[in-house]
Amino acid sequence: MSKHDVDGEAYLRMLKIRHFEQAVSALITEGAVAGACHSSIGQEAAIVGACMALRRDDYMSGTHRSHGHPIGKGAELNGLMAEILGKATGVCKGRGGSMHLTDTSVGSIGESAIVGGGISLATGAALSAQVRGTDQVALTFFGDGAVNEGAFHESLNMASIWKLPVIFFCENNGYAAVTPAATTHGQPDVSRRADGYGLPGVTVDGQDFDAVYSQTQKAVTRARDGGGPTLIEAKTYRFDEHCVGLFINGSYRSKEEVERYKTERDPIALFRARLLERGRSEADLINTQAEARRLVEAAVAFAKQSPCSDPESAFDLVHASQIPIRR
Amino acid sequence: MNEATTARMTYLDALGLAQREEMARDDTVIIIGEDISLYAAGGAYGDIDAKRIRSAPISENGFAGMAIGAAITGLRPIVDLTIANFIYLASDPIINQAARLRYMTGGQVKVPVTYRASMWHNQGNAAQHSDRPYPMFMNIPGLKIVTPATPTDAKGLLKAAIRDDDPVLVFEDNDLWAVREPVPLDPDFVVPIGKAAVRREGRDVSIISVAGCLPHALAAATALAKDGISAEVVDLRTLLPLDTEAILNTVGKTGRVVIADYAHRTCGAAAEIAAIIVEDGFDLLKKPVRRVVTPDVPIPFSEAMEKPLYPSQDSIANAARSLM
Repeated sequence: MSKHDVDGEAYLRMLKIRHFEQAVSALITEGAVAGACHSSIGQEAAIVGACMALRRDDYMSGTHRSHGHPIGKGAELNGLMAEILGKATGVCKGRGGSMHLTDTSVGSIGESAIVGGGISLATGAALSAQVRGTDQVALTFFGDGAVNEGAFHESLNMASIWKLPVIFFCENNGYAAVTPAATTHGQPDVSRRADGYGLPGVTVDGQDFDAVYSQTQKAVTRARDGGGPTLIEAKTYRFDEHCVGLFINGSYRSKEEVERYKTERDPIALFRARLLERGRSEADLINTQAEARRLVEAAVAFAKQSPCSDPESAFDLVHASQIPIRR
Repeated sequence: MNEATTARMTYLDALGLAQREEMARDDTVIIIGEDISLYAAGGAYGDIDAKRIRSAPISENGFAGMAIGAAITGLRPIVDLTIANFIYLASDPIINQAARLRYMTGGQVKVPVTYRASMWHNQGNAAQHSDRPYPMFMNIPGLKIVTPATPTDAKGLLKAAIRDDDPVLVFEDNDLWAVREPVPLDPDFVVPIGKAAVRREGRDVSIISVAGCLPHALAAATALAKDGISAEVVDLRTLLPLDTEAILNTVGKTGRVVIADYAHRTCGAAAEIAAIIVEDGFDLLKKPVRRVVTPDVPIPFSEAMEKPLYPSQDSIANAARSLM
């Protein structure tokens, strides 16, 4: 893909995430969504920058903040939106929901609502690629909270000793739910934790698509060439609360901080300005914006029109072959 | 079975043979666990590419999860957790990921991973090395659990577990390691998961045996026969899914049931079996169901305290006599 094409596709995917999350928020307001939804708005450049450096057949795992990851990796929107509404046509047939938007057609192997849960899975997918002798790599998204889980440390160490083709990608948005990273991290740079396990660690501006994309490309090339794992820390920011509509009694971050990110550090606005500098026409960008909006609107319509999950189907897909389940 | 198609071997050797055969048969089978490099160097896995044998750091949570990622992407990992208590460190990925990723992804993935755990007891290893953790995993939909009690089943059930497309926990009994019998050498011999075996036919009382209780159950049946009591011994072999049909068949035959299990009493395997019998076979019962299990105390170190806690030939036979 030429740089021009990468830019265009990246802009489209970032906008798809933004509009998708806005549509989900509207559906929550309508009362159409059960359970908790975690918005990726503000983190689009980190997600898309990482995903654009991957091939479709590269593996990816993620987190409870799961909407952006498959979209970033190129998934169709209809099945994702239908899943959030619990419909039979959902990508996980209504069994996963908002926190678990897994689409294996784009290499996703699971979005985990157990913090850190996806890290060892992706490390295992990298082991699998190494054993099978393919040149696939695996990338795992996790937050700043997950780096205090044992799974993070155990996975980094094993990836290092076995030179596994895995990219550990931390979306450091500064807060684990409502707890500031500064109060739970013994030293502020997540990337420096790589030193303890003998792999490279790098911190990148997560609001800057180009920076994320080029650092991830380096890590992917290194992994594909047998050089082993890399830890990337993308410093980013979530614009919404931990989950959409969450009522917080008290404050863990200032209104000014949130406003400053929204007005000065919006990854899509920053990337749009750069695309104009690079010679893209305003009309071209408006077309892309309209395309993203159209795709999201179509996904909402598809999801709303889809049949609800059949209650009896709750008993299917527990095992590879159906075994009797007592009621 | 004739000598050409079987070889006399121990329970432990049967497990090793199962692993070697499956690794030779299928390139996607790998093994991951602690301290296994030494066995690999000694030829315990045969002529297998070293990249398929991963001697791991002491990171049970990490490699139990990695095995799931590897299973989803085309391998059939065997995770050797060694002593069963270590499964607690690995239990988050086993429960939150392996057991339910097929379901949670709407069937987009399969998770063909095997977790081996060896249950130790009667050896003065105290409470952190002496658990039988299978009952708590019976509460996890999406798993399969096998508990071989003979060398033949050790081979056949481990091979079935490796070939299965679901996550299977294989709980092996260390007490049975040295037991010998002729074991089929056919590399395609497997014991189907989910099928109990009637080890001894009887008319008067059923002894339903879980995992390593089988030798004691059979010895109890022999002792009962001397008293003129005909005991049937059913070896469950698989705990998830339970062979409900086999359980109710033997209850229908005898109307009297003793369930023998080394696990602790509360919410143990025996509790679920008893509940099934009471729910679906109450009218078949002539007497209340009896459980012979390990009381709810941590396993003590001292032999004098440890041994009397476990089900034995005598306690099983006495429970059966109390129902006559």
